[in-house]
Amino acid sequence: MFSIITDHWATLCAGLGYTLMASLIALVGSLVIGTAFALMEISHRKWVRLIGRAYVELIRNIPLLVITMAFFVIVPMFIVKVDGFTAGTIGLTIYTSAFIAETVRAGIESVAVGQMEGARSVGMSYTQAMVHIVFPQAIKIVIPPLGNQFINLVKNSSVLAFVAGFDLMYQAKIIANLTFDTFDTYLAVGVFYLVLTMPLSYLMRYLEKKWVTA
Amino acid sequence: MSMIEFHGVEKYYGKFHALKDINLTIDRGEVVTVIGPSGSGKSTLLRTINGLEHITEGELIVNDFDLADKHTDMNKIRKNVGMVFQHFNLYANKTVLENITLGPTLVLHRPKDEVQKEAMALLDMVGLVDQAHKFPAALSGGQKQRVAIARSLAMKPRAILFDEPTSALDPEMIGDVLDVMQKIAKQGMTMVVVTHEMGFAQRVGDRIVFMADGQILEDSRDVKGFFEHPQEPRAQEFISKIFNH
Repeated sequence: MFSIITDHWATLCAGLGYTLMASLIALVGSLVIGTAFALMEISHRKWVRLIGRAYVELIRNIPLLVITMAFFVIVPMFIVKVDGFTAGTIGLTIYTSAFIAETVRAGIESVAVGQMEGARSVGMSYTQAMVHIVFPQAIKIVIPPLGNQFINLVKNSSVLAFVAGFDLMYQAKIIANLTFDTFDTYLAVGVFYLVLTMPLSYLMRYLEKKWVTA
Repeated sequence: MSMIEFHGVEKYYGKFHALKDINLTIDRGEVVTVIGPSGSGKSTLLRTINGLEHITEGELIVNDFDLADKHTDMNKIRKNVGMVFQHFNLYANKTVLENITLGPTLVLHRPKDEVQKEAMALLDMVGLVDQAHKFPAALSGGQKQRVAIARSLAMKPRAILFDEPTSALDPEMIGDVLDVMQKIAKQGMTMVVVTHEMGFAQRVGDRIVFMADGQILEDSRDVKGFFEHPQEPRAQEFISKIFNH
């Protein structure tokens, strides 16, 4: 295993870089999109709720690979040609956003209705009440499940390998084909994923401690 | 001068008829207590006044705003009409002091130092100055409710609505809350109080409204007279049940 890492250090590091970049983009993107759809799901307007619900149900019930392939194959046919990295990152973002929407919605809904009413009763707008009262409480509830989603996201980024996204998994395939040492190669790649997910895991734990007990 | 006017107000939850032909005019400075059995529509009536519930039909004028009109800005009404809830609804993520100052700074855009000074004066009035920097979770129910009253007073409202303010409290806490409410009543605040505290209704109330099945069955400015000789059979039954055990 060590010879695989030392011999193919540059390749693995490149893969790590692509995986890290795809993960970071998808993390921010899915958090923004997911939160937007969570807000739609709890909207007072029925049609807005319906759109939010439909998006979440559709996306989370389709395999990540299928969504990614859709962006890799179908989108270039009609709209614009995208490379594997872009298609994979978009697929990952969209897919994860559905799960984040559900997580954030559950968090907001778990804040007692009275908190919103208390805020509205002094004349705060819906947005003010959300920003100052409901969100700060929801975030504490949402941090642990959100951590799960983020770790899943990093691991799910391996989908990029299927669309030639140059990520860790893609590089692993190349190294394995080159060396015929499949076992050691994927073992090495496993270690590289741990390098990404372990710090993330600890970061989420830290945030949980800092915010949830405050 | 009237503060709150109901004219032929109807409220439905789906098929359930929650408020039936409500006609009620409350003058400025009046302290009205609303009593009646559970599910009679008391809380619903109260919640329509600051738009937490929308009326289905009829006319509702609060502080010269028309609540039946969809274009009326509810936030403008709520700035002027405070509400005290059964379960306090203090902001769990804010300290006692912040609970009181948030409304005036955020909604009324008033300077923070000025608002803070007033908030401390209000906390003094409700006897909780020493709790200013604690979070609500650290307070007893009675203390929370007094903070909630201070929070609504900080907005300098024209009227305050009380939705069973002592129903979730331990018996020994109730007195402190009622004392604060009596103080506010003496200062001339318009108050609508849904309550089961008959003593408070008699001592402090200028007027009593009895509700059952979504209707106002009695509405009397002779509060003592109402308790001694309720006219309606439903009111007689209710009063006798309360006082004969």
